[in-house]
Amino acid sequence: MDGRTTRSPDSPATDTPASGSPVSDRSASETPASDRPAPDSPAAVRARERRSRRYRRDLRWSPYLFIAPFFLFFAAFGLFPLLYTGWAALHRVELTAPTDMEWAGLRNFTRLLGDDFFWNALGNTFVIGVLSTVPQLLMALGLAHLLNYRLRGSMFFRVAVLTPYATSVAAATLVFVLLFGRDYGLVNWLLSTVGADGVDWENGSWTSKLAVSTIVVWRWTGYNALIYLAAMQAIPHDLYESAALDGASRWQQFRYVTIPSLRPTILFTCVVSTIGATQLFGEPLLFSGSAGASGGADHQYQTLGLYLYEQGWVNLHLGRASAIAWTMFLILLVIAAVNALIARRLRTSQ
Amino acid sequence: MRTTIRGTRRRAVALTAAVALGAALLGGCAEDSDAPGAKGSSGAAAGKTTLTVGVFGVFGYKQAGLYDAYMKLHPDITIKETSIERNENYYPQLLTHLSTGSGLADIQAVEVNNIAEVTATQAGKLVDLSKAPGVRKADFIPWKWAQATNASGKTVGLGTDIGPMAICYRKDLFAKAGLPTDRDAVAKLWAGDWGKYLDVGKRFQDKAPAGTSFVDSASGVYNAVISSSAERYYDREGKLVYKDSPSVRQAWDAAMRAATGRLTARLQQFQKSWDQAYANGRFATVSCPPWMLGYIKEKSGDNGRDKWDVAAAPKPGNWGGSFLAVPEAGRHKSEAAKLAAWLTAPEQQAKLFTKQASFPSARAAYGLPAVSGAKHPYFGDAPIGKIFAAAAEGIPDQVLGPKDLTVNQNITDVGVLQVDQQGKTPEQGWRAAVESIDNALDQ
Repeated sequence: MDGRTTRSPDSPATDTPASGSPVSDRSASETPASDRPAPDSPAAVRARERRSRRYRRDLRWSPYLFIAPFFLFFAAFGLFPLLYTGWAALHRVELTAPTDMEWAGLRNFTRLLGDDFFWNALGNTFVIGVLSTVPQLLMALGLAHLLNYRLRGSMFFRVAVLTPYATSVAAATLVFVLLFGRDYGLVNWLLSTVGADGVDWENGSWTSKLAVSTIVVWRWTGYNALIYLAAMQAIPHDLYESAALDGASRWQQFRYVTIPSLRPTILFTCVVSTIGATQLFGEPLLFSGSAGASGGADHQYQTLGLYLYEQGWVNLHLGRASAIAWTMFLILLVIAAVNALIARRLRTSQ
Repeated sequence: MRTTIRGTRRRAVALTAAVALGAALLGGCAEDSDAPGAKGSSGAAAGKTTLTVGVFGVFGYKQAGLYDAYMKLHPDITIKETSIERNENYYPQLLTHLSTGSGLADIQAVEVNNIAEVTATQAGKLVDLSKAPGVRKADFIPWKWAQATNASGKTVGLGTDIGPMAICYRKDLFAKAGLPTDRDAVAKLWAGDWGKYLDVGKRFQDKAPAGTSFVDSASGVYNAVISSSAERYYDREGKLVYKDSPSVRQAWDAAMRAATGRLTARLQQFQKSWDQAYANGRFATVSCPPWMLGYIKEKSGDNGRDKWDVAAAPKPGNWGGSFLAVPEAGRHKSEAAKLAAWLTAPEQQAKLFTKQASFPSARAAYGLPAVSGAKHPYFGDAPIGKIFAAAAEGIPDQVLGPKDLTVNQNITDVGVLQVDQQGKTPEQGWRAAVESIDNALDQ
């Protein structure tokens, strides 16, 4: 198998003046053999040329071969499903007969305009997205700032903030369902100790969104904090020193040195969190326990991901579900474009 | 020249390796489609046939030792079971597997809520079991047999269990509210009429111990009433009629009376809070098929010992039950059909009732002592065999339709729940349910 090691020992040194070096190999083939003193028979020259041709081919194509597995897998599990979903979105197709497709044009998309459940899900996704992303990133920034101080046992704290991220959605959501329970929930028990009435978290429009957001915030804050921390540690120390010399307080240092230096990182976390929020699925699904994908009695916490799932796998309408999936994809493209615009403006303003 | 030869050889080695690798991969995929098939078709002498059984949740065949018993009877057969916990995940996968004809087990379970859809849309992909050796139509309750038989007389599924419903009630709470506690006296309170059941609820609620409710949920009431009606969401011609169906209206009104009359603990079944309410003894009655007895026992725990009992429901209904189907794409269709017939035969169903409380759909099993003499110690030694057999005989011949589950789920989890838990009016709840159903059924 290993051709290179078997070849090099028996290729005679006299054959080629500097065999093994790719540069000389290439130059040898590019300059006509007649220009150079010909030490060998024509057959040896031909063999050499053939070898160098192979070598060049190897040099040229091997890198593609090395990255090919990713692209093959991406094509099979990323690109093909994406395109096929787009194709299915243009058809009326049911899970009971997935091969039996009936052309529907853009109807699956246009019907979304008048679909109250879709707009409700879009609104819920947006509200839960804001309720979870904003506090999550602010808290992560604060946490990272604290972790950046010289702390006793800093490693412990850094690992500790990451543990929620390592917890499975199912386990975390199950615990939060118990915490936010109406009759025996811990949150309501705490409220009752200060004399407040219990809240029916799952059934309220805002309370349910808040509860779902809490799960997201709990899971992702530590992850973002570590990303911020890494970026903070890359900020040159002399920036802080000169700021301190100019008489800047700790807060001013944070505000005028740390935050501007973190700008690209903050933008990155914003993009990732927004994508995560748009695709939010596991938390709201499991928050309703075994009650399916309706997202509450009034669909009060049904996100786009959940609505897609309900149409595809509960109601068995694959065409409609595909159209929702593609709409989500387009929404993400718009968000990405807006992010790119903001990023460019930030860069020019700097 | 030497280089050329070496080069060719190297290429040949690489090519061989690639081919070998590819073949190994293909072989890995194809392995289970070739080898056992060849063995199976050449008969027992060539070796063992492996039959796979795909189920959702716990069917109990393994636990009750039925697979072992069958393998002992047929030494050339090995049975393997795969289970997906929830039918919501199991059923879509079954449909995709049926449509591609791959990934199927030799026997696939189908839940009663899906059987009408499977019978209507997948009959061509399933084996007609009415002609399988060992199957006796007369053994089964007629409506159970009919549910898995399509218009042209093809039976695609054999009934496993059914869910005749009774009412499980708390004797201690009934006593505190001044109601009778003896199961016959309790059954007499509401015999024949769900309205009487709610009247008893009113009486209970007037004198109920603090923090307790008559029934767990309004959707539980809805389910119990609709399950005891012959016609539900479809008429006999297969038209969707739920909006004007008198039995839906009756079930809906009963649920609304329970919700607005504050007779419910405002719970949703199979949620964590429902389990907690069992443990804390928060409600006095729940409609219970036999398969729920184990659940009640587990969730109520030691606190509920000797407090629960079982009484006959106002009207007998059916909740749950399954079928076994044999896909045409299977490799051992005849062996699988034999196993399905054996598993659903009266003797095995009776055994499963003893071990798993899955009530037999084979009427012939009701006379067997394992069923007729069955008592449940946790429920005050209630003669559950007799109670549920009587209920089973009274279950109406239900009209099923392909989208029963969708309609039912939206009525209970959207409509009834909005009234029961969110305090909306019955009109708002009904409108929300209809909107949800219209959206869910629109292809």
